[in-house]
Amino acid sequence: MSAALLAIRGLRVSYRGSLGVLHAVDGVDVDLEPGEFLGVVGESGSGKSQLLLAILGLNAPGARIAGSIRYRGEELVGAGERALGRLRGARIAMIFQDPMTALNPYLTIGTQLTETMRHHQGASRAAARRRALELLAAVHIPEPERRFAQHPHELSGGMRQRVVIAMALSCDVDILLADEPTTALDVTVQAQILALLRELRTQTRAAIVLVTHDLGVIAEVADRVLVMYAGRVVEQARVQQLFDSARHPYTEALRRSIVPLTGPLPARLPTIGGQPPNPAALPPGCAFAPRCAYAFDTCATAPPPLTQAGPDHLRACYHTGPLGRIR
Amino acid sequence: MARSAGAAAVVNAAIIDRPVRIAGQWRQSWARLRRHPPALVALALLGLIVLLALLVPLVSPYDYATPDWDELYQPPGYAHWLGTDGLGRDLLVRVMWGCRISLLVGIAASLVSVLIGVLWGATAGYAGGITDSAMMRIVDILYTVPFIPLVIVLTVLFGRSFLLVFVAIGAVSWLDIARIVRGQTLSLKQREFIDAARALGLSNTTMIVRHIVPNLLGIVIIYATLTVPTVILFEAFLSFLGLGVHAPLASLGTLISDGAKHMKSHPYLLTIPAVFLTLIVCSFSYLGDGLRDALDPRQRR
Repeated sequence: MSAALLAIRGLRVSYRGSLGVLHAVDGVDVDLEPGEFLGVVGESGSGKSQLLLAILGLNAPGARIAGSIRYRGEELVGAGERALGRLRGARIAMIFQDPMTALNPYLTIGTQLTETMRHHQGASRAAARRRALELLAAVHIPEPERRFAQHPHELSGGMRQRVVIAMALSCDVDILLADEPTTALDVTVQAQILALLRELRTQTRAAIVLVTHDLGVIAEVADRVLVMYAGRVVEQARVQQLFDSARHPYTEALRRSIVPLTGPLPARLPTIGGQPPNPAALPPGCAFAPRCAYAFDTCATAPPPLTQAGPDHLRACYHTGPLGRIR
Repeated sequence: MARSAGAAAVVNAAIIDRPVRIAGQWRQSWARLRRHPPALVALALLGLIVLLALLVPLVSPYDYATPDWDELYQPPGYAHWLGTDGLGRDLLVRVMWGCRISLLVGIAASLVSVLIGVLWGATAGYAGGITDSAMMRIVDILYTVPFIPLVIVLTVLFGRSFLLVFVAIGAVSWLDIARIVRGQTLSLKQREFIDAARALGLSNTTMIVRHIVPNLLGIVIIYATLTVPTVILFEAFLSFLGLGVHAPLASLGTLISDGAKHMKSHPYLLTIPAVFLTLIVCSFSYLGDGLRDALDPRQRR
């Protein structure tokens, strides 16, 4: 446990709104090992992005963050802007969802790429430029010299996301946080970006945390998966286990809502009925219970704790029997 | 990483068989400005006026201050190309001196107010919270200070000087810019690239100077070019009250107010400086328009 690169314990992120206190992240424990590829899935509002932002202390103003996030033993919750500023971009970098808006439209690609290196490493202009051209080549951008001098609007969406990834990697980071990096891109480009992430992972020693609502993406790249629902972790397993034998009804339902590639197509793809719960008024018991096909009396009493369901496999559910095709 | 970089470099070498032309940001901007005829004309006109204002007083046999009692109210002619005024002074030389003064006051005071306004507004907007409130309340308070008494107080404190005109005008005209810039900054702060830059660990100063301010260029340039003519008129107003430029030195504003007194008998005393003022003011407007387009890298060529 202590060897973890990043250890998150009892993390809570809450906002005080007009509807009362809203728990975006409600008690999450995770460890990230060096070089690991961790996928985080969940639907909108499940707290997955807030979890990522909390690591770098970038949540919207007004967020209350409790619990503990330790990076190589250093506590990040409550750390000052100065301390966080030394980590951001230098040790832990973040890739944002929309490459169309994540680059400053007024600065050239080169300026934005070299900025981080000059700031964190005090690199000379020439050295930073050389490294930036290398990075552009590493993320497979053709004609790096020409792209270096161009502005973001002269690049396609996929290329911009490659630039954003190059920026994030520029300082040899330990951890790369990616917040839905493929959501804003079309499907073929998505595949290319995922392939790039996988490739970069074998070349750098950075651990990657990929947040997405797309199980297909996770299946393709992640080692380990965290399934989040209403701010809590409901299941955590190695990717193979999760797809072969999901132990939480929510994961199972998600898995079944994927279009099968083989076998007969169902007349109607199964969906999860109902709505995600209101984060300001969570039910006292399991947050998924109102939509769950397996729910019974106990589910309404208290949130189920995360329990061992196999080697490297945790899940939070009272239902102990098999998850069959009961519908 | 090195291996794939090498591979990509090979690919690139194949793609690029000619040297890559890397146009600098300024050269690109200049190229875009050249495609904007009104701005080009305005730039040429301003250049011409500046050149004339600098050269004519050096070359001309006449002086802006010395009266010539034999040449009162001469209409434009061979000896005096633009005529003479009520004291027989050459109007061409006086108008050129007026252009010097007006342009100097206009540009210098605008630069000062833009500089203060942008930094103040961007800092307030970026910092937000209590800092923002405090800084903007200071702006509100300064808004309530009446301008003319302020200038009179300054005159009493520091004596009459040309510098004072800059200070006085600069002190009041940055308030508008600060408010506009703060508003823009507040909306810029919501954009994702600002979050992205923060996630890269850049310092606040870097964030403001490199990420916020360049995105404000468009609005700042428009406002600055609108400020120049306003300031020129402001200066004319101050001079009229005896707080600005003093006789025998003249700005375009004082020349126009002098000329207006004789507009029935000697209309050229009014029209000639008025034409120069109009040309300067219009040129700045068109130039600002062109610059805004030229400095925005998103504009296609």
